[in-house]
Amino acid sequence: MIPELGQLALTFALAFSIILAIVPLMGSFTANERALLVAKPLAMGMFVFTLLAFCALSWAFYHDDFTVLNVANNSSSVLPWYFKLTAVWGSHEGSMLMWVMILAAWTALVGQYSKGLPLLMQGRILGVMGLINIGFIAFSLFMSNPFERTLPFFPVEGSDLNPLLQDYGMIIHPPLLYMGYVGFAVSFAFAIAALIGGKFDSTWARWARPWTLAAWLFLTLGIMLGSWWAYKELGWGGWWFWDPVENASFMPWLVGTALIHSLAVTEKRGTFKSWTVLLALGAFSLSLLGAFLVRSGVLVSVHSFAADPERGVFLLIFLLIVIGGSLLLYASRMHSVRSQARYEIFSREVMLWGNNVFLLTATLVVLLGTLFPLVHKELGLGSISIGEPFFNQMFYYLNIPFALLLGLGPWVRWKQQKAAPLLKPMALIAVFSLILALGTMAATQTVAANLALLGLLLGAWVGVSAIMEVYQRLQQFGSITQGVAKLQASHYGMTIAHIGFAVMIVGIAMTLTYSEERDVRMEIGDRVVLAGYEFELQDVYKLNGPNYGGEAAEIDVRRVDGRYVTHLHAEKREYTIQRMVMTEAAIHARLSRDLYVSLGEALPGNAWAIRVYVKPFVRWIWLGGLLMSLGALIALLDKRYRRKTTTGGAAYA
Amino acid sequence: MQPRRKKRLFSMLLVISLIAGAVGAMLFALQQNINLFYTPGQLVQGLGEGKIKPDVGQRLRLGGMVVPGSVSRDATSLKVSFDLTDDSGEIATVEFEGILPDLFREGQGIVAQGILKSANVLAATEVLAKHDEEYLPPEVAEAVKGIRHVPPSQLQQQNRPQSNYGG
Repeated sequence: MIPELGQLALTFALAFSIILAIVPLMGSFTANERALLVAKPLAMGMFVFTLLAFCALSWAFYHDDFTVLNVANNSSSVLPWYFKLTAVWGSHEGSMLMWVMILAAWTALVGQYSKGLPLLMQGRILGVMGLINIGFIAFSLFMSNPFERTLPFFPVEGSDLNPLLQDYGMIIHPPLLYMGYVGFAVSFAFAIAALIGGKFDSTWARWARPWTLAAWLFLTLGIMLGSWWAYKELGWGGWWFWDPVENASFMPWLVGTALIHSLAVTEKRGTFKSWTVLLALGAFSLSLLGAFLVRSGVLVSVHSFAADPERGVFLLIFLLIVIGGSLLLYASRMHSVRSQARYEIFSREVMLWGNNVFLLTATLVVLLGTLFPLVHKELGLGSISIGEPFFNQMFYYLNIPFALLLGLGPWVRWKQQKAAPLLKPMALIAVFSLILALGTMAATQTVAANLALLGLLLGAWVGVSAIMEVYQRLQQFGSITQGVAKLQASHYGMTIAHIGFAVMIVGIAMTLTYSEERDVRMEIGDRVVLAGYEFELQDVYKLNGPNYGGEAAEIDVRRVDGRYVTHLHAEKREYTIQRMVMTEAAIHARLSRDLYVSLGEALPGNAWAIRVYVKPFVRWIWLGGLLMSLGALIALLDKRYRRKTTTGGAAYA
Repeated sequence: MQPRRKKRLFSMLLVISLIAGAVGAMLFALQQNINLFYTPGQLVQGLGEGKIKPDVGQRLRLGGMVVPGSVSRDATSLKVSFDLTDDSGEIATVEFEGILPDLFREGQGIVAQGILKSANVLAATEVLAKHDEEYLPPEVAEAVKGIRHVPPSQLQQQNRPQSNYGG
């Protein structure tokens, strides 16, 4: 009964989305105020019904209702209750419903927190959101119904949740990621609404900025969490694989990052207008492309869902309508837009333009590397794969000028900057970062000219520059203490995000250079030494979990000089229902290094294959991502985004 | 020219040259990082109409099913070798040192990536098996059995085959 109600709720949501897409949009052309005013309650109604549908599915999962196909295929009665709930979004159908629910939530939020917007704009934005909602709700309802029944022959036991997804990281990774993906729909709707109205000014950019920041914040967190999850759950110690599905989330992130920066120019200087709009369209289009790649089965990946060509066709058509329609609108409107502001070659505008060029080139690299194998195969040239070295090499070359530019950019003024006044601070930063980089290297490793040194130098350059820039800015307020309160929150946000980028570069470079890894054959009592740590296999015994068996290994770690470091417990689980083997790595994490042990297969002669890693600075990668998100959060709290809005508090969170 | 136009022209030229340069560099890098996919049959008989065989020393991906009974391990190290086969009945050998993926089993479809050591021996740097008991890597499925996609609706609980390959 409850699943049917869920389906009914979803049908109602579809009806709401259709009315939302038609009435306010029509009203915006006929200047019908009443038609515009219904947008907000419609958005709220749509959200409530998608939420009800989502709750209905959660209920079915929680109560092990195996008459629902989705539950039977992705859950089991022995699963702990929290994994039963996360199993809701462990499958294609369930995750699509979550996607829809989040999209409706964003729509409702836009409705609630857009009081500062003119009614006309509100109606158009919500109408466009309604259009997008129609596409996804219809997809969920007709192409991937999460409430489909197995009646009359239903199984007594479900086939369990994919063990890979039985992890705490998985509980919040997809929701965060979807919040990000779908959040770009808001930027998209803002752009389309502005295109319809033909009016782009700095107020438009100021409205769009917090929403874009919020979407970017969630996407960053989602990607970071996914990376961390892969690191601890897949058992081979990698944190980024250039897997097509990762790439699918990385592309909107790159364009979203470019959009945030371009929006700053449009808000502050009223220029880059058409470019900003194009980026807003691009970020969401790439989110859709990602959804298509992941859900259509054209890609082979660890996390892609079961393949279904029909779904792929639906998404492809939707993708073409959205991209084609928005580009057509763009082409028909944009020629009349003129930017008035003037700026010189050496100015903040050009610096941010450079940021955009690099970010988009990076997007192009990822796009090419992801789609090339598909094209190659469809052309009948045979199956190929693009190796990691391609991406690594390209990002290596892109990152060097990007980081150099990033260290300089915040110092450069709008409109025009004379080179001479910057020479002194830049030289100072260069010297500082040289000392810092060499010092860090000497303290942790031996000094050598390698990738790590380059990463440390670039990281220090960006980080020191960001800190000194804030310091310099604070001094301009008279005294530092006065300045601390006066400086805008968005400025702090920017600085923290840039420091986050610096931290991440350092983490990546250090991990890539100094990680040590060893696959060894060990019997009980055997020892292996790696990077100054001695790992001793003490015991291996049988495991007995609720829905899994397997083996566990106990390992003691000491420094080579005999100092005790930690005790590690690595598992190799065999999930009984899905008959799947999963590695649960044991990790001892410190800011300066991770010790990582995973248990491999049993070998002849009472021995086990054991994989041991020492990964210096690997935490810095995620720490950097967290700092970037924190920066976005702080920027969101900036007062100027809440001007004219009567509601205070976390208006855009 | 007006300064404004000049600036435009300058930035346009810069963008175009940057894009051209970037795309050129990308394609070059791409070319060096393409790993072609072969099945054991294609490895022995040649790929496509031209019957092109890969050169020794070439990086490639080899996908097929592990021949039962062919897995042999070294007693003192992590060296392992096994044979892969497909419908053609041809056999290619994979040599690997390291930990095999969790789902590596005899009879399972896997993909190995590495460098061709001799006509039908691959020195693998990576062995992949997807985390699914019924899983055949799509490339393998297509090459070996002509299967393309299986809609999830056909994977209902009741008629789910227990295992396709006795694994």
